[in-house]
Amino acid sequence: MESVAPASVDLHKLSVRRLNHFLHHEIGAASASRVEILNPNGLHNIAVGLDAPVQVDVRGHAGYFLGGMNRRARIVVHGNVGWSVAENMMSGEVRVKGFASQCAGASAHGGLLFIEGSASSRCGISLKGGDIVVGGHVGHMSAFMAQAGRLVVCGDAGAGLGDSLYEAVIYVRGKIHSLGADAREEPMAEEDLATVGQLLGRTGLDWSPREFKRVASAKTLYHWNVDADQEY
Amino acid sequence: MCGIIGLLIKPESKRSQLGEWVTPMMDCMGDRGPDSAGLAVFSPVGDGPLRRFSLFCGRPGFDWMELGKAFERDTACEAHLSAIENHGRLVSPIAPESLEKWLSREFPSVHLLSTGRSIEVYKDMGHPAEIAERYGFAGLAASHCVGHTRMATESAVSPAHAHPFTAGEDFCLVHNGSLSNPWSLRRRLEKRGVDFETDNDTEAACRFLEWRMREGESLEDALKAAFIELDGFYTLLMATAEKLVLVRDAFACKPAVVAETEDYVAVSSEFRSLAHLPGIRSAELFEPVPEEIYSWSL
Repeated sequence: MESVAPASVDLHKLSVRRLNHFLHHEIGAASASRVEILNPNGLHNIAVGLDAPVQVDVRGHAGYFLGGMNRRARIVVHGNVGWSVAENMMSGEVRVKGFASQCAGASAHGGLLFIEGSASSRCGISLKGGDIVVGGHVGHMSAFMAQAGRLVVCGDAGAGLGDSLYEAVIYVRGKIHSLGADAREEPMAEEDLATVGQLLGRTGLDWSPREFKRVASAKTLYHWNVDADQEY
Repeated sequence: MCGIIGLLIKPESKRSQLGEWVTPMMDCMGDRGPDSAGLAVFSPVGDGPLRRFSLFCGRPGFDWMELGKAFERDTACEAHLSAIENHGRLVSPIAPESLEKWLSREFPSVHLLSTGRSIEVYKDMGHPAEIAERYGFAGLAASHCVGHTRMATESAVSPAHAHPFTAGEDFCLVHNGSLSNPWSLRRRLEKRGVDFETDNDTEAACRFLEWRMREGESLEDALKAAFIELDGFYTLLMATAEKLVLVRDAFACKPAVVAETEDYVAVSSEFRSLAHLPGIRSAELFEPVPEEIYSWSL
């Protein structure tokens, strides 16, 4: 296939609003399959709401909500991101070369979020079917109320991991500081090993799936228990 | 929301650039707090008995030179007075308690913002960019500073309610968040003779820490006690004459990011207000974790 020179957008010269308008409405007309974003300088809402099979490279650190609601696009951040990267992602891929602040991948319905460094608190909160792979550690209350999807943590997990989980499954290679209410460690089945192997394969990490622990819901909160006396 | 910023410049040769580096940080964080702003800067006033007192008077056209003359006449103390906008700077060997008494008797509309041998505090109402312009923050030279941009949620918008808050000498604190128990804390401190100037929640945290330090604790030990005693959300950035100290509460809902190079340590609520700093591309960047005490000394 003929390679297309990347379109380059410098956020020193163009507003984020203008950039996103270009990515939403003009990308087809420009027939650019790659877009490079320069000088992100921690700005918020970069490349939000994309719906095209385009590759976006962000050269530097981004602010809040990078790649939110992403569909189909592949977004690579060559730096760190602030709060809520890939929030509510539907499909596609967001890759962060540095670290991510809190709520990474919150409510993501699909796609893959790969953070090469660590993610801070509430990573994968309310996850709804997306996959998240974190090369480093995750902070406290990660995967809180996560409903579907997988969170793979190659480092350690902070306090209250998987509190009030639904059907999402967490795999942790390192130490778990503490489990949240109704989360429990379970044995790794063949299916789990295959899942972790497949997700690590997609990110290029070469840990052995056998080093990971599985954390899932004990399902004691699925039904109201009148005898529990609010003691969870 | 509110924004917090802090900067400590390591080599003495670069401290003349503090104002130039920190002013864009404050302008940018004006997005998080457009109501009012403040900045505390630290540079030693010199050897000997001299202290620097930052004064504030919101009355338009207030005659600071007249205050200086009256001060010398009434107290027989040496006084160097300079003023900009609503802010006066008095350098004098007078004891802080004597100055407070004299001010409340002779100039009750003048408020004492800070006292010490290093600290100087500016704060006022308005957009942070406009305040920085009015007070000439870009020209400030100092070893370190902390600043705040306020979006008021729990008490009035006034110069007195703006941050930084100070207590005692050469200590100040800025806060992003809100406390749930400032009034119980305050009642306990008032019983021990601690006086308050406003009904602001942050003032309770500031006076609590200063009271613990006056009782002999280090700031770090006082903060360990604060983790137990303070209820609410907070990222706190503090400074003394020698250091910057940063903490986040156990839930860490309020943001902070730190950038360190061989020239400086910079703290802000958001990375975008640090993006202009020299060498930022190769800075060591990290997000402080909950209930960890980060301290950088000169």
